[in-house]
Amino acid sequence: MSDLARPPAGSALHRFASPARFLRLAGSLQPWLAGGTLLCLGVGLYLALFGSPADYQQGETVRIMYVHVPAAWMALFVYLCIALASASLLVWRHPLAGLVAKASAPLGAAFTFLALATGSLWGKPMWGTWWEWDGRMTSVLILFFLYLGLIALTNAFESPERGQRASAVLALVGVVNLPIIKFSVDWWNTLHQPASVMRLDGPTIDPSMLWPLLIMAAGFTFYYLWVMLLRVRGELVEARLRALQRLETEGR
Amino acid sequence: MGGIESFLGMGGYAAFVWPAYLLAAAVMGGFWAVSRAELKRRERQLQELEQRGGGRRRRRAEGPGGQVPR
Repeated sequence: MSDLARPPAGSALHRFASPARFLRLAGSLQPWLAGGTLLCLGVGLYLALFGSPADYQQGETVRIMYVHVPAAWMALFVYLCIALASASLLVWRHPLAGLVAKASAPLGAAFTFLALATGSLWGKPMWGTWWEWDGRMTSVLILFFLYLGLIALTNAFESPERGQRASAVLALVGVVNLPIIKFSVDWWNTLHQPASVMRLDGPTIDPSMLWPLLIMAAGFTFYYLWVMLLRVRGELVEARLRALQRLETEGR
Repeated sequence: MGGIESFLGMGGYAAFVWPAYLLAAAVMGGFWAVSRAELKRRERQLQELEQRGGGRRRRRAEGPGGQVPR
């Protein structure tokens, strides 16, 4: 391959730009991701419900942590993935990046909804309130609305590509909310407890609770990748459908 | 028996703990099911379209510089 024909530097991502290659990769990854999801969630649920102790202060309500915290982590992680895909779409025009972002946004919204709802269910018995307009909860609610905005904007245009580009711009602007969510518990007075796992000085949570939490988080991550690939496959089939319908219409 | 009741009772917090798990199962299970059903529906539509002769036109379109994703 001559230097002129070589893809530009930084376009390693373009190795998977071909939908056919991506579909082959997705097809071979999906059984592993499904297996990883079921295994991690199975083991994680067993440890969360049977193999971990009740908290000395919070009692059995601490078991809500094993779904609340992974959902909250995924709400942030999925947004980060969308932001990276959006940058890849806008800078390198990676053809699959827009589809990854489009497929991920509803998943991110679902994780954020779960984080908010399970947080409320944990907050009521421990704090005495379902909701408090403090920094952490408000910034996560804003993240939820950002996800809804991304979904709406992606589908607001007749041309899917335009929708994906507009949504990519919004996604990149919204990245500013991620550090606000992460550090909100340090910057403002809040009912929400500070970080106890992702700390510079190491986790302060007991290993008997940390391991089930990490295994559940791995299960949520596998689940995201599994369902996201499923949805990207759906988007690729939809693109083919549109192209064929257009050809059929033009051929008449 | 008392063990099961005590487990299901979650120390008096069953009304908060179990809905959290059920909600997570419903949202994640439902999302997977909807995504899979949508993929299958689109694949069926595509198959029907290709059987109607769309496949021939697609091959033409996939010639040099064809943009139809496979």
